[in-house]
Amino acid sequence: MFLRWFLYFVLILFALYFIFPLYVMIVTSLKTMEEIRQGTLLTWPSGLNFDSWAVAWGGRGYGAGDTFLKPYFWNSIKMVVPAVFFSTFIGAMTGYVLTKWRFKGDQWVFLFLLFGCFIPFQAILLPMARTLGVLGISNSVIGLVLVHTVYGIPFTTLFFRNYYISVPTELVKAARIDGAGFFKIFFKILLPISAPIIVVTVIWQFTQIWNDFLFGSTFSFGEAAPIQVALNNMVLSSTSVKEYNVDMASAIIAGVPTLIVYVLAGKYFIRGLTSGAVKG
Amino acid sequence: MFKWLEKNLPKIVMAPAVGLIGWFVYGFVLWTLYISFTNSKILPKYELWGVGQYVKLWGSRKWLIAVDNLLIFTALFLIFCVVIGIILAIFLDQKIRAEGVLRTIYLYPMALSFIVTGTAWKWILNPTLGIQKMFIDWGFQNFTFDWLVNREMAIYTIVIAGVWQSAGFVMALFLAGLRSVEDEIVKAAKIDGANLFTVYWKILLPMMRPVFFTSFVILVHISIKSYDLIVALTQGGPGISTTMPALYMTQTAFHKSQVGLSAASAMMMFMAVAAVIIPYLYSELRRENAR
Repeated sequence: MFLRWFLYFVLILFALYFIFPLYVMIVTSLKTMEEIRQGTLLTWPSGLNFDSWAVAWGGRGYGAGDTFLKPYFWNSIKMVVPAVFFSTFIGAMTGYVLTKWRFKGDQWVFLFLLFGCFIPFQAILLPMARTLGVLGISNSVIGLVLVHTVYGIPFTTLFFRNYYISVPTELVKAARIDGAGFFKIFFKILLPISAPIIVVTVIWQFTQIWNDFLFGSTFSFGEAAPIQVALNNMVLSSTSVKEYNVDMASAIIAGVPTLIVYVLAGKYFIRGLTSGAVKG
Repeated sequence: MFKWLEKNLPKIVMAPAVGLIGWFVYGFVLWTLYISFTNSKILPKYELWGVGQYVKLWGSRKWLIAVDNLLIFTALFLIFCVVIGIILAIFLDQKIRAEGVLRTIYLYPMALSFIVTGTAWKWILNPTLGIQKMFIDWGFQNFTFDWLVNREMAIYTIVIAGVWQSAGFVMALFLAGLRSVEDEIVKAAKIDGANLFTVYWKILLPMMRPVFFTSFVILVHISIKSYDLIVALTQGGPGISTTMPALYMTQTAFHKSQVGLSAASAMMMFMAVAAVIIPYLYSELRRENAR
């Protein structure tokens, strides 16, 4: 019995540790600066005061130097949607070929693609910057879509390949004898049973791309920046007084989309996380 | 023509992915390698210059600090993530009520970007209004917690935030590992009189070797690449005391305009990751083929 209490005690203690920053973010965003100076991190706000949220999202309404997240939030949406779509589609196709249309040396091709999951992106930043410049799409959302699509392919391929490998090949063989072709088999047999892995892949890619900072900060600045870059700029820009409540509201706005996805579809998120890691 | 097309359709469909990865991953790494052997400053130069950039790199105080920090960070990050992850996984494995809720709480930081969490931690750790003030207001007059602005200690604030973000991930890996062990093994051991502690210590944890290995690889890989968290939390400061290789690389390239030198640092990072990843991929692939 004592052991049970001890178990729960430790588990709840850790839960508090994990929840603590989120709690602090939320209550701080609801306080005025006066309340922040007088109370502590944990003090409950005096009321539901969403002023700092409004400032974080839409600015204060004066011209120069007024940075707020709204335009950058849309930049991120415009970047994420096509990048997720293209990388998922390409991954599904390559996963399909690698498992159902096997050819000599396909293992090596898979390994070739898989290594891309792990490369430190610093090793490609300089050539990428140059390439985007030559293509005329540096500092644009289109450039970021290209970058995220390409570097998402290794992951999406891994997901689909590991999923399709457990689909009985007999199904495909039978369809082939019946005269079904490459695309017909994909759309009629594999795609209808792919819903779970599509969800896993889309969530994974969405989270990765939404949260990216390295590519965003290297290949875009000013108006084309995605939200994480804008958040960082907002927090770092040292105006006379530091407004922590606005900082926290901004951080929550930048984090809320992935957090919602996580809460709604945590199961799939975890599956992506562990299968992206465990399997090779 | 049509026949040929039909026969090679799978390969044609594969071609874009292979081409893109071939060019944007392998081609670019070789390109970076080439730049690292040139004397490029703001603009790339393409005459070879030898290993001068590498000599310069390993003679640079900032780079040595970055490598030092990386070693400290990696060691602590690994130990804490694995220990906390295992404790949480084992405890959660005891038919706990509300396991789902707890698991969700332990893992949610993984869904957030390092910029978001770094912003939060920066606010929590700042001495004037954060944790330090909280304890002083509670009556601990002499309480100081100024690690964030302390040259010697700032690197440990990055460890705190990093562990907080990634420990849940290790928990998820170990929980999945523990759940995949058949009940029979545990039951048999209990019949033989083993207590719970012995069951875990002597039987289950040794069975988790692949999970240890995976966690090790993933965590080392995360720590070598860590960049966002440092930018959000310290910008490498105070001074240059929390510089890490990834930050060194981008600063050298885009602020100092020393493209050749930064390419050399990028290649060092690449080699470090490759040294960890290639054996891992090799062993995973062998395991798969053995099945």
